[in-house]
Amino acid sequence: MKIKVNGKVTELKESVNITELLDIVKAEQPDYVTVQKNDEFVDHDAFKSTFVEEGDNIEFLYFMGGGR
Amino acid sequence: MALTDKQMERYSRHVILKQVGGKGQQKILKSKVLVIGTGGLGAPATMYLAAAGVGNIGLVDFDTVDLSNLQRQIIHQTADVGKAKVKSGEETINAMNPDIKVTTYNEKVTAANICDIIKDKDYDFVIDGTDNFPAKFLINDACVITKKPFSHAGIIRFEGQTMTYVPGKGPCYRCVFKEPPPPDAVPTCRQAGVLGVMGGVIGTLQATEALKYILGIGELLTGYLLTYNALTMTFRKVKLPKNKKCAVCGENPIVLNPVDYEANACDMR
Repeated sequence: MKIKVNGKVTELKESVNITELLDIVKAEQPDYVTVQKNDEFVDHDAFKSTFVEEGDNIEFLYFMGGGR
Repeated sequence: MALTDKQMERYSRHVILKQVGGKGQQKILKSKVLVIGTGGLGAPATMYLAAAGVGNIGLVDFDTVDLSNLQRQIIHQTADVGKAKVKSGEETINAMNPDIKVTTYNEKVTAANICDIIKDKDYDFVIDGTDNFPAKFLINDACVITKKPFSHAGIIRFEGQTMTYVPGKGPCYRCVFKEPPPPDAVPTCRQAGVLGVMGGVIGTLQATEALKYILGIGELLTGYLLTYNALTMTFRKVKLPKNKKCAVCGENPIVLNPVDYEANACDMR
């Protein structure tokens, strides 16, 4: 099945939950990433119970703390 | 107050734009923008605002210019090393444009002073040019509480992000990122490095948002997070929903006053 992760088409063999998807895409700092599924925020405590499905649009938003 | 001949000439490329014109330039000259942090982001943002004629610019920074700043903080020059950053910034602005009144705050923003600083000149727009999460959350919360629009931004390595908060118009920074990560969980520029121009790209976008807000033109990055990757040369505009459960701007806010989170040890100078 195909989903989009940060705009990039990603092919998955089976439906996975958000925690597994973070591992698959080798997300940096998975504990502090903000996740959106189809324009809705997914709470951290719902990562394991939230599964991605064909055509889902997933956004991983990362902290960026620099500036000076 | 009409533009003087010298101002007509100085701002002629603005005045000729139909979205700006003489009226818009007068709005810019009357506007007040507070820039918190005169570093990688704040330096270019401030310089473009000063060149554009933003009549009142507030600069907040507690630090002095260090040699390692000059790779990106273009408002400061080699001769400024050791000088207070707000002083160095003020001198650069004065040399650029005599139309600008500068107010300097040579202090660190804290829960105790931030609302007073924002209210000091009743600034129209705030630019977050800080380098750490406690400050970024502090600025967000203070702007939500005092109902001030502001531009958030962050940069690291070859990446940057920015979003614009407008009271009542869309999500705030805390809607997206609930609370600061624990100290050292997420690297800072000091630990991870940053390509000097990243502040130029993102800080200039922040100045653009401030000018658009002042002029009331175009579409702001309200409800969007713009991300930039310099290595792949990719910009992405990610739509952000408002978070009903947001601790500061949600339906049942629990952050009613700005909070001092413990500063990341790595950000201490």
